[in-house]
Amino acid sequence: MSRFNLDNKYKAIVIGGSAGSFQGITQILSALPADFSLPIILCLHRLKHVRNGFVEALSIKSIKPVVEPYDKEGIKKGKVYLAPANYHLCIELGNTFSLSTEEMYNNSRPSIDITLDTAAYTFKDKLIGILLSGANRDGALGMKRIKDRGGLTIIQDPEECMIDTMPNAAKNLTEIDYTLKVKEIIQFLVELDKLYFK
Amino acid sequence: MDRQDIEISDLRRITELVKEQYRYDFTNYAMSSFRRRILRIMELYKFGSADLLIKRLKDDKSFFDEFISEITVNVTEMFRDPSFWRELRDNVIPNILLNHNTISIWHAGCSSGEEVFSMAILLKEMGILNKAKIIATDIDKVILDKAKLGHYSMKNMELNEKNYIRFEGKGSFKDYFTEQNGKAVMDKTLIDNVSFREHDLVQGVVFNKFDLILCRNVMIYFNQNLQNEVLKKHHESLFKYGYLVIGSKESLIWCEIANKFIVVNNEEKVYKKIKD
Ligand SMILES: C[S@@+](CC[C@H](N)C(=O)[O-])C[C@H]1O[C@@H](n2cnc3c(N)ncnc32)[C@H](O)[C@@H]1O
Repeated sequence: MSRFNLDNKYKAIVIGGSAGSFQGITQILSALPADFSLPIILCLHRLKHVRNGFVEALSIKSIKPVVEPYDKEGIKKGKVYLAPANYHLCIELGNTFSLSTEEMYNNSRPSIDITLDTAAYTFKDKLIGILLSGANRDGALGMKRIKDRGGLTIIQDPEECMIDTMPNAAKNLTEIDYTLKVKEIIQFLVELDKLYFK
Repeated sequence: MDRQDIEISDLRRITELVKEQYRYDFTNYAMSSFRRRILRIMELYKFGSADLLIKRLKDDKSFFDEFISEITVNVTEMFRDPSFWRELRDNVIPNILLNHNTISIWHAGCSSGEEVFSMAILLKEMGILNKAKIIATDIDKVILDKAKLGHYSMKNMELNEKNYIRFEGKGSFKDYFTEQNGKAVMDKTLIDNVSFREHDLVQGVVFNKFDLILCRNVMIYFNQNLQNEVLKKHHESLFKYGYLVIGSKESLIWCEIANKFIVVNNEEKVYKKIKD
């Protein structure tokens, strides 16, 4: 029996992270099964004017390549996507990405709230949001959007976070389904994956 | 964005009303950002529901310019993606000038004009500003007025200057503006050859042919169908062997007429029309 209440209804996973999240992200990406069943969408705070390097740095540590999607690129199972520098990454109806240069939100572009909000609007209760370490409040509202639409919310255990502001902000704003250490997040994802037909 | 949400059916009612009453068609805008812009307007103007926004649109014609202005995303910078501007200076423009004495350029979706001033500075530093005929268009009247004025906040100028330095401009960025009352006032002679016009890429007709079209970070607000339609017009608006440039994270590969272009620089999204 799993300690998690798992379900194979989910269609996508969005992971948000900021200061102190890089290590957690790479641990997760390096531990996932190579044929992981769901698309994973990463929205991480990053330097606005450095276009190159980040996706490569993540890819080196990841089981599968991480790509920065183009505008209107289709969202595919088992792929890992990263929000590009200086753009917000939105999820469009019809299962594609859509980019936006709109105003910074929470001082960020890409903003985690915007990715989570548009993902929740599209995937409704079929979305899992995971929020990792970070030094501001970005992502809290997005997690609330996910909860409001019936999706699943997970935060990295604040005790384990290098900077716990971000997961705590989410916890204070909305109901969090699981508070987990990175190791347990991996366990969760691996067990979830087993519910999907390959 | 934390106050309320809006259903798709309400978004449809809004686009339908706007189409019927004002002859602008937002039905094929990308839903994800269009919804966020509508929510933003509702928050700014304190419309507690979609019905209240719809009522205002129906009753108050003077509100519509503001509506357009808020619906569109105008965020822009000078020399955005400096490596692209280097490519333009070092390869694209010299190539065009191999066969022509003059160069015609269209900024489609020029927003508040930063892209146009960047172009003018680039051309000036190449010593060919007087050979260029530039047309800059946008759907948003309010932002076009800003572009013509050429006044920018000093805060934005910091970023613009950083981009200019990465672009490796020949001069000093400070030569192109003066500071007045805490604002940067651009050197107006830069845009002597620029004509600013209101133009809607969705409903507007093809009005001219160009050697170079910049349409960067504009079509990301459209869905794929609309991107296809607008790209056809861009294609028609280019001379054969003319260049089209889109934003660094946009792509032509999905569009129906992709085979009429070749990729000149994939990193900077420079395309060349090779077939009529
Ligand atoms: C994000 S700005 C792009 C500015 C600049 N090209 C850049 O890359 O920084 C997008 C602009 O496209 C304009 N736009 C949106 N829809 C349009 C349409 N249908 N026709 C013409 N311009 C449009 C908006 O008003 C806005 O100023």
